[in-house]
Amino acid sequence: MDTVLNQPLWQNGPILGSFYEFPGQSASVVTPLKQTMFPMVTGTSVLGLKFNDGVILAADKLGSYGSLARYRNCSRVMKVNDSVVLAAGGDYADFQFLKNIIEQNVLDEECKDEGFIYNPKALFSWVTRVLYNRRSRFNPLWNTVVVGGLQDGKPFLGYVDKIGTAYQAPTVASGFGSYIAQYELAIVTKDGARIEGPLSAKTDWSLAHLIGGYE
Amino acid sequence: MSSIGTGYDLSAHQFSPDGRVFQVEYAQKAVENSGTAIGIRGKDGVVFAVEKLVQSKLYERGSNKRIFTIDKHIGMAVAGLLADSRHLVEITRDEAANYRSQFGSSVPLKHLADRVSMYIHAHTLYSGIRPFGTSIMLGSYEEGVPQLYTIDPSGVSLGYYGCATGKAKQNAKTEIEKLKMKDMPVKDLVKEVAKIIYIVHDEVKDKAFELELGWVGEVTEGKFERVPADVHAAAEKYAKESLEESDDSDDEDL
Repeated sequence: MDTVLNQPLWQNGPILGSFYEFPGQSASVVTPLKQTMFPMVTGTSVLGLKFNDGVILAADKLGSYGSLARYRNCSRVMKVNDSVVLAAGGDYADFQFLKNIIEQNVLDEECKDEGFIYNPKALFSWVTRVLYNRRSRFNPLWNTVVVGGLQDGKPFLGYVDKIGTAYQAPTVASGFGSYIAQYELAIVTKDGARIEGPLSAKTDWSLAHLIGGYE
Repeated sequence: MSSIGTGYDLSAHQFSPDGRVFQVEYAQKAVENSGTAIGIRGKDGVVFAVEKLVQSKLYERGSNKRIFTIDKHIGMAVAGLLADSRHLVEITRDEAANYRSQFGSSVPLKHLADRVSMYIHAHTLYSGIRPFGTSIMLGSYEEGVPQLYTIDPSGVSLGYYGCATGKAKQNAKTEIEKLKMKDMPVKDLVKEVAKIIYIVHDEVKDKAFELELGWVGEVTEGKFERVPADVHAAAEKYAKESLEESDDSDDEDL
């Protein structure tokens, strides 16, 4: 009975008097929630390959701004620890964001002092979960991520993309446009992980004048 | 403590008429019940040693650790209530991680010590909460500079060349003063700290203890680590042997 009596006279409607707009007071405008709809600075392909003793990842160092080759020295491969490396294509800022989180995670595990060190499977699983979670919120991290490393002495290679599709394979390639600028290589063997480069491949433009119709 | 029971010792938010905050002093007493912790800043790094008293034989070896890693280059040794210490460890780690994400570089130890001491000090101001019953030591090595800070339950943080807290802090401090730590490399200091822990350990009152050692410096390439098993064993051996020697010479004197 009390609750019935205590209900306000005017519910769920506009606040009394709020239809008036006095000078100097602007009415608040509700806009739709917006999310990343396209990447800005992007990296292109990542290549990954398993071999007898380890894994090799390759990515160029070009940061494209749309079709403009804007940044020429964007490293997209990272060493996680002595048995795991990672490389990413897609939005470069999203990669840096992910990289920072991974680096802090590695540090946190070191601090816990429980003897756990990220192995490639664990990191791959984690990245998969993060990317899938973000796409499920309609706010994806715009990356394709390749994780490589040694798991119990055996090479591991995994691929995840921005919608959370993930698979493991003996070879992995993402995107298009692996002809430009310089490369970095990330190699894991039983002797540890290392990042090599920048290297450059010889390009042959003698064909270029034969190609037409794309202008 | 003559003023016990005069009504000013029940909370930290009021001074006593003679200008003391009893809850903070009691917190410092809590620290003095715990095993001794030592930190020494040497030429090329910082070493920590903790006399971890083992209350029961049923505990696993290596449980209830008192030396923690805070960040890549920062370590912490604690004396006092362990649960309080662990909370402070978490706060300190968060603070270091926060600095990393904000500024993209590792936190300077002075800054970290200041932030944590502010947190500890805030717990000495209000009636509803109690101060921390722990005293913490923070050590780091960056760009060739070793640093060591100690924060006590009152929230005072001070930089040191050598410091001790816990049960036998007075004895330990006199032992530390005998060392020329400014010219000593961490490799030698680790033996000395182990020795000091064995010297100040009171075998009559506290039987079992584990020696914990941690270091950061040139030897670890600037990473804070537990002292590796072989170095730990060597330091412990050195400590025990030099203790026996001094016992023998004592007997001769008699």
